[in-house]
Amino acid sequence: MEAVEYIIEMCNITKEFPGIIANDNVTLQLKKGEIHALLGENGAGKSTLMSVLFGMYQPEKGVIRKNGQEVQINDPNDANRLGIGMVHQHFKLVHNFTVLENIILGVETTQKGFLKMDAARDKVVALSHKYNLSVDPDALISDITVGMQQRVEILKMLYRDNEILIFDEPTAVLTPQEIAELMKIMRSLADEGKSILFITHKLNEIKEVASRCTVLRKGKYIGTVDVAATSKEEMSEMMVGRKVNLKVDKAEPKIGDVIFEADHICVNSKTSQKHLVKDITLNVRAGEIVCIAGIDGNGQTELVQTLTGLIKPDAGTIKLNGADITHSSIRKRNTSGLGHIPEDRHKHGLVLDYPLAYNLVLQSYFEPRFCRGQFLKYDEIFKYADTLIEKYDIRSGQGAKTFARSMSGGNQQKAIVAREIDRDPSLLIAVQPTRGLDVGAIEYIHKKLVEERDLGKGILLVSLELDEVMNLSDRILVIYEGEIVAELNPSEVTIQELGLYMAGSKRNKEKEA
Amino acid sequence: MMKKLLKGDGIYSFAASLIAILLGVLVGAVVLFVANPAQALNGLKSLFIGGFVDMKNVGQTLYYATPIIMTGLSVGFANKCGLFNIGGSGQFIVGAYAAVLVGVKCTFLPTGLHCAAALLAAVLAGALWGLLPGVLKALCNVNEVISCIMMNYIGMSMVNLLVRKTVFDQLKNQSKMPAASAILPKMGFDKIFVAGKATSSANAGIIIAIVAGIIMWVVLSKTKFGYELKACGYNRDAAKYAGINEKRSIIMSMVIAGALAGLGGALMYLAGAGKGIHVVDTLAAEGFTGIPVALLGMSNPIGIIFAGLFMAHLTMGGFNMQIYGFVPQVIDIITSVIIYFSAFALFFQLVLRKKFNKGADDNANAEKALSAEAQALPEVLPENQGKGGEI
Repeated sequence: MEAVEYIIEMCNITKEFPGIIANDNVTLQLKKGEIHALLGENGAGKSTLMSVLFGMYQPEKGVIRKNGQEVQINDPNDANRLGIGMVHQHFKLVHNFTVLENIILGVETTQKGFLKMDAARDKVVALSHKYNLSVDPDALISDITVGMQQRVEILKMLYRDNEILIFDEPTAVLTPQEIAELMKIMRSLADEGKSILFITHKLNEIKEVASRCTVLRKGKYIGTVDVAATSKEEMSEMMVGRKVNLKVDKAEPKIGDVIFEADHICVNSKTSQKHLVKDITLNVRAGEIVCIAGIDGNGQTELVQTLTGLIKPDAGTIKLNGADITHSSIRKRNTSGLGHIPEDRHKHGLVLDYPLAYNLVLQSYFEPRFCRGQFLKYDEIFKYADTLIEKYDIRSGQGAKTFARSMSGGNQQKAIVAREIDRDPSLLIAVQPTRGLDVGAIEYIHKKLVEERDLGKGILLVSLELDEVMNLSDRILVIYEGEIVAELNPSEVTIQELGLYMAGSKRNKEKEA
Repeated sequence: MMKKLLKGDGIYSFAASLIAILLGVLVGAVVLFVANPAQALNGLKSLFIGGFVDMKNVGQTLYYATPIIMTGLSVGFANKCGLFNIGGSGQFIVGAYAAVLVGVKCTFLPTGLHCAAALLAAVLAGALWGLLPGVLKALCNVNEVISCIMMNYIGMSMVNLLVRKTVFDQLKNQSKMPAASAILPKMGFDKIFVAGKATSSANAGIIIAIVAGIIMWVVLSKTKFGYELKACGYNRDAAKYAGINEKRSIIMSMVIAGALAGLGGALMYLAGAGKGIHVVDTLAAEGFTGIPVALLGMSNPIGIIFAGLFMAHLTMGGFNMQIYGFVPQVIDIITSVIIYFSAFALFFQLVLRKKFNKGADDNANAEKALSAEAQALPEVLPENQGKGGEI
């Protein structure tokens, strides 16, 4: 009785775009009540497959069946009618609406033209209670955390009585705690009979919640495996097509002189009495990777923005190579040896509407090699871009002319890493450099950071990923509520211990009175 | 440049503008049929032929195009830096006044120098009028739309007051005519653009406007300054991160935008066409006409030159329609409808892109398909207004 077993079947789906086969004979079968992971690198065709399921693309070949019945999905409304819902990676919420208003948006119940909210509210509260989502229906979206916003997206699907829930890289934006909570929610949803498709490239999470996993690589269907019976290494090999080193190889650090010092840095909140950064003192020496570990929102962003000059500190001094740069402009810091891989590559790292070549000279376009008088030497810029593309293996549709916006996230990040490393800074501040990237790209960026360290550069890494912290760093500083609460040696501390420090329940470095 | 225009974005922009105009004309035709069915076809014909009736009218088209090309460039330039310069009207009129003042008073200057000094004064006055909103935006984050509108009224009232005090011609209730030495040279246009004995008002102004457009194109696409400016316009945070002084870029782009509009004012009132600054409580329309010109030209300097010529062509056509008994109001409606539709040019561009460029676009965005629509909006004036509104 195969017809009953699968709630959704996508059989032999082929979707071609001119010059590229995004999905090549892909089959995906989702059982009722299971959590099914869809694993693949960026560009493997996961999103295309989901777009087909959502009716945004029509496949050239293949059929979609629901409960054994062949169905035609022409647009997202059809998908909705079939009970398919999706939490997008970038939430589709109206920020100045309340939670309730967002949930009912598009399916409002009205009476004589007026909104009828009471029934909707009851349903939302009941659903929120049933699945332990604890969402306040009257809070404004702009006031709640990213994790809560995601729950609103989940509620949106539940409110529409969707049976098949798609989560598109749901953990990319969450803290470790929020991830744990999400996993719990997903499990309880599955227990209630919802079927979940979980798009991700994080193997830990697949191991934790999924029962089966379908792997795609370069548009091709590689296979579906039973998660419990497959090791992480096997899955990553299926995904990347070669053996992947999940551990970072690195030699003992050859530590040199102090190149960067931040002394008693304070940043006050503009809106409250709170200190966002509280009297932080740290240094980075040549040839080491110092990692600032902490849960998102504990002052890392403000600290880094202060160090890089995006905001001014309220107190403290910053020294780079012995020179005081506390009041230097961003340009001065950049030219005197500070590299910065920013936290938000779309907001700070790239001008998305500039071609790749322009983005690669974002901090060096004014140098004599790229301009003559007031005029830019475009030939030189493009030649330089081509060498970086070659050297750092940045892939894009039209080479240096490609607009940054149309590049994949992994390659955007590679471009930033290439730009920052190639400027040859003595200190590289890397903030969540691997956020949202797939295993292959993470491995690559980690390798590059270690290479830089071995060349005698100082690296200040800010990360939320415990694995990354443990793997890469030579020294760990734990930040909690704007304070450094511990300095740890990664070889002497366990992940569990580190988690306790990050959560603020343990500290070893009392503030000097 | 032509090659660049044809491949890639240029062709879509051009085609989209063309569709927008055709639809506008179509709706305009309906208005004509409602207003006066008997003469509708004749009216439409003369609107179409516009300035091409005879050489004199061609010259007049150039004359009318000059100031609106300048204000169009002004709006377009600010837009490249992500700003919406709605203050073209104020910048235009203070520029005009400065030019007239120098033109009337500084008669001690020799012929060539006198005209140049008048133009320079206009540039400085316009730049000052752009500087204030620019500084407020950069340093205090004051929405430039609001401060520009204020500056429009301040400029208008101040010029009215100053004209009365300094260069007032009581008989005509307008400013005095600038001295002949300050009038823009005819460049032989008075021999080319004539019909019988009637000469047109075409003069060196159009050359200056076109040169300004070309310089702007070079600055935007070839220089460091243009690179910084556009980076600021596309993504101010990234520009700041990269060490670009984004405050300076904002101020400079408003200053230059103001200077362009101010120069436009000078070119209009130094044309030697007998036009003086009227002392009336109305904002100079040329400043606002710059907005649709920039929109129709997609903020591209070369596009703006053609858009300005096109609008002037319509204006001339409008004059001709009066022969068939159409009242000026109907003519205004037609031209506005066309302008209105030109605002949709961007929409048509998106449609065209979807239709003909689907392959290439999808290719690149296949992975991002789901979130692509949210980002599909390129630079566009309304979006900038939205940006301002957030603050």
